[in-house]
Amino acid sequence: MLTIKNVSKNFGGLKALQDVNIHLEPNKIYGLIGPNGAGKTTLFNLITALLPVSGGAIQFLEKELTGLRPHEIARLGIARTYQNIRLFPSMTVLENVLVAQNIHTQSGVGSIFKVQRSDKKFLEEAEAMLKHMGLWPKRKEKSTSLAYGEQRRLEIARALALQPKLLLLDEPAAGMNEAESAELLERIQEIRNSGKTVFLIEHDMSVVMGICDYISVLNFGKLIAQGTPGEIQTNGAVIEAYLGREEG
Amino acid sequence: MLAVKGIEAGYGNIQILKGIDIDVKKGEIVTLIGANGAGKTTLLRVISGVLHPASGEVIFGEEKITRLPCHKIVEKGVFLIQEGRAILKKMTVLENLLMGGYSRPTEDLTPSLDAVFQMFPVLHQRQKQLGETLSGGEQQMLSFGRALMGKPRLFMMDEPSLGLAPVLVNEVFVKIKQLKSSEVGILLVEQNAKKALQIADRGYVLEIGKIVLTGSGTELRSNQKVQEAYLGGKRADRADNSERRINQ
Repeated sequence: MLTIKNVSKNFGGLKALQDVNIHLEPNKIYGLIGPNGAGKTTLFNLITALLPVSGGAIQFLEKELTGLRPHEIARLGIARTYQNIRLFPSMTVLENVLVAQNIHTQSGVGSIFKVQRSDKKFLEEAEAMLKHMGLWPKRKEKSTSLAYGEQRRLEIARALALQPKLLLLDEPAAGMNEAESAELLERIQEIRNSGKTVFLIEHDMSVVMGICDYISVLNFGKLIAQGTPGEIQTNGAVIEAYLGREEG
Repeated sequence: MLAVKGIEAGYGNIQILKGIDIDVKKGEIVTLIGANGAGKTTLLRVISGVLHPASGEVIFGEEKITRLPCHKIVEKGVFLIQEGRAILKKMTVLENLLMGGYSRPTEDLTPSLDAVFQMFPVLHQRQKQLGETLSGGEQQMLSFGRALMGKPRLFMMDEPSLGLAPVLVNEVFVKIKQLKSSEVGILLVEQNAKKALQIADRGYVLEIGKIVLTGSGTELRSNQKVQEAYLGGKRADRADNSERRINQ
């Protein structure tokens, strides 16, 4: 469904990504791992058009993404979360989700102000989404009053409200303890089981190795390995550059 | 060196901390374990003076610091690495690091700077870049490095390994252990409870604003309740719990 073809990105003289090729099939969970600064978030920024590509092309459902704006890509069915959380700080938990639902109703800036609280269908959907992510009891709180891990879950709920076909998650388990990330892992599997494709960046190896069908590894902007979790875990180059050897 | 007595605190009408007593002695690593929303970050905010408590006292050395402004508390050597990379985006990496040592004589900063660059060589390479151009993980290294520049006496860390590649996580924990000396106390909040308890002398378990359990690192690691709730425990139990939650 998503094809990343010979994609490169330069920041001035810095080659952040070089000749990256990744192909995603529907209804699977994909992982993207690599050392800090390898270019993982940059690749997500290219897919969602927050940054223009320097070379190569990205296609989603046979459609060329080059030249589209971020909101157009969201309408096509790609939603994402951010590594450095980007919620609407002055809105409540519920409002953060309601705003996202609006993308499929009206267009234009004015639509934002027409969120009808009485709109039963949206409220029901938002309720289901927030319950799914365990945030319904906190729906009336400002998003900034949530703990860090809860804000991450709210970002996922907001992204799901766009009803995407492809969901990009940038470090969804960061700031969660093992029990919490194990629960998140089940939520992500449910998202896949509901017919969506998930592409995630994550450093928590219990999450990556536990749920990904296929993993791509970036190092210094280049793909150094692709394969199943089993293949990646035993790949010498990946152990060297990224996994390290467990101590104690 | 640090004694927290009967702290109650919250935001607006929401009470988060319901009478917290903890202490950290010189030369100790003390870890604080708890789910997202338990109040760990709130407690660190109270100690560092960002949030004033409704009641209770924070005593550092012999002195009450409960209502001192943040910068006065920093001058006493109490440092906090904030969760989620609160770096100065429009300053260079080097300027960010120097800001960390602003309360110390300039001539003392060179050895600290060398030590930070030795620990995170990528910061050395990128010292002239603006903070905002760093990747997420590199920003995390910068916040860690910046706190080291202040030569802390009490070093509080809120998720220092957040967003770091596994190979670097190991390095950061080794470094934390090295930082412990007869003059420095460390208060560590980590989602990676397994690793935190491995290096901690003592720990506290925080649940919904109250300390429910305390003991040595080894005691807590072998405690069944801690294992189930925070160390990934038995998978079967967790699945049961999440099913129950969905059914409710």
